[in-house]
Amino acid sequence: MDTAENTTVAIRKKNSKLKQSVLDFFVSLYNINQFILRFFKEAFVPPFELKEVMRQCYEVGVRSFTLISVTGFIVGLIFTKQSRPSLSQFGAESWLPSLVSIAIMRALAPLVTALIASGKVGSSIGAELGSMRVTEQIDAMEVSGTKPFKYLVCTRVLATTITIPILATYTGFVGLVGGYLNVSMNEGTSWTAFMEQVFEPLAFTDFVASLVKSIVFGFTIGIVGCYQGYNSNKGTEGVGKAANGAVVTAMFLVFIEEIIIVQMTGWFR
Amino acid sequence: MEKAKVKVDHTNPVISIRGLEKSFEDYAVLRGIDLDLYQGENLVVLGRSGTGKSVLIKIISGLLRPDKGEITVLGKNIAHITDRELQELRIRIGFSFQNSALYDSMTVRKNLEFPLVRNRKGITRKEIDTNVETVLDAVGLSQTINQMPSELSGGQRKRIGIARTLILNPEIMLYDEPTAGLDPITCIEINDLINEVQQRFNTSSIIITHDLTCAKQTGDRIAMLLEGQFQRTGTFDEVFDTNDSRVKPFFDYNFIK
Ligand SMILES: Nc1ncnc2c1ncn2[C@@H]1O[C@H](COP(=O)(O)OP(=O)(O)OP(=O)(O)O)[C@@H](O)[C@H]1O
Ligand SMILES: [Mg+2]
Repeated sequence: MDTAENTTVAIRKKNSKLKQSVLDFFVSLYNINQFILRFFKEAFVPPFELKEVMRQCYEVGVRSFTLISVTGFIVGLIFTKQSRPSLSQFGAESWLPSLVSIAIMRALAPLVTALIASGKVGSSIGAELGSMRVTEQIDAMEVSGTKPFKYLVCTRVLATTITIPILATYTGFVGLVGGYLNVSMNEGTSWTAFMEQVFEPLAFTDFVASLVKSIVFGFTIGIVGCYQGYNSNKGTEGVGKAANGAVVTAMFLVFIEEIIIVQMTGWFR
Repeated sequence: MEKAKVKVDHTNPVISIRGLEKSFEDYAVLRGIDLDLYQGENLVVLGRSGTGKSVLIKIISGLLRPDKGEITVLGKNIAHITDRELQELRIRIGFSFQNSALYDSMTVRKNLEFPLVRNRKGITRKEIDTNVETVLDAVGLSQTINQMPSELSGGQRKRIGIARTLILNPEIMLYDEPTAGLDPITCIEINDLINEVQQRFNTSSIIITHDLTCAKQTGDRIAMLLEGQFQRTGTFDEVFDTNDSRVKPFFDYNFIK
């Protein structure tokens, strides 16, 4: 009774087809807004589904761990390798660790993690909740007096919001290892010397900005995946649409948020 | 198995519906439903596919909102209750879904525990186990306790679905096509289960079905949904004592004439 679909249908009835698509857009904005408000209303009142949150955190971590490890490492390695010629033109290879560190810690680690998680985690949340909607499992929870929104949505959104920052930190570390591999092969720099150079250019703001960024990304991936799945239409087609919609929307939003947050950190620097 | 006589309290409706209407987009599904379900009664709802039988019980349990009409369930008007009251009301109503709707990421045991743990604060592990065992025993599927829903047959899933609703001791049961797609022997088992639930737990039930054997075996009263209204209600024989071309085929098909 509280699905977004019902609101959409009710409003759609009163209007011509011409206005429909514009209207649908605003209706879905409104619906997403309601969805987010509902999350904040329900997530922080007891009983907390702590066990389920932990389980979901584990799921998020396990689902994206391998891909993130490989991608993070390769991104670090390739980035260092590709930047080397430009720097060596000025004889500035010694700046390489700083450059790598700024690129990875400020931008690449949160972004790469978020994009991979959108694909791996967002889609599976969308598909999972979508199929639960389609097979009436969510309705079944609703009618047995258990709170499906809390159990299914709040736990997943909390899990992505907690886990993505941790994963992003890990991606940063793996990326640096990749960068180090290239640097040590060429300059024979030691790990400690490399790490010293890595931390030198980084300010406290950078860590805070990256953390905020990955928290926002995590929240976005969770909310979008859950919204798509929870409100998916009946029919197996709806499940595919939910999974696909989750990935596309989450990736799109991640880029937008990246731009906004980068702009905002600029003001604090 | 022949149905034992049950005592129905005709002065005490647990569900009372007046003038219920519901449309989807431009299609009017329910067009003025009047219905009473009395305490202790098994009411069978018959009707063709797409006539809105599932919609009707989804409205009763608050999954869908009516466009018009008064619906009183266990003394509460469901149009004007808070979320909290609705939740409390739902615990007293068991809903067995057309496709069972078992939680497919959980074992049978977890499926059964799920509503219990979340609705009975402070329940002990031992009480949970006893309750789970009791309802599993009631549906005759104790051996499946550690299986996943995907490993069960259609009939077993139906019965676990029923067990999951029984675990909260509901006063009203809503069965959506409990025998659809099952072999005759399993159908008879389900029918017996429905009657047993009625007697053992003293529930009042609405049973939606196309299956006239199920209707005959379980129903104390039959209501036939035609063109969005209950146009024929009464005992089995009363409802089918007609030459109405919308009603007769049901009987003829089910009893091979
Ligand atoms: N959520 C919904 N949105 C739009 N239309 C719906 C919705 N639910 C049901 N309908 C429509 O309402 C009508 C009645 O559906 P319902 O599921 O109640 O049929 P039914 O009598 O249970 O049929 P069956 O015996 O096949 O289960 C159908 O035409 C269906 O398309
Ligand atoms: Mg139906």
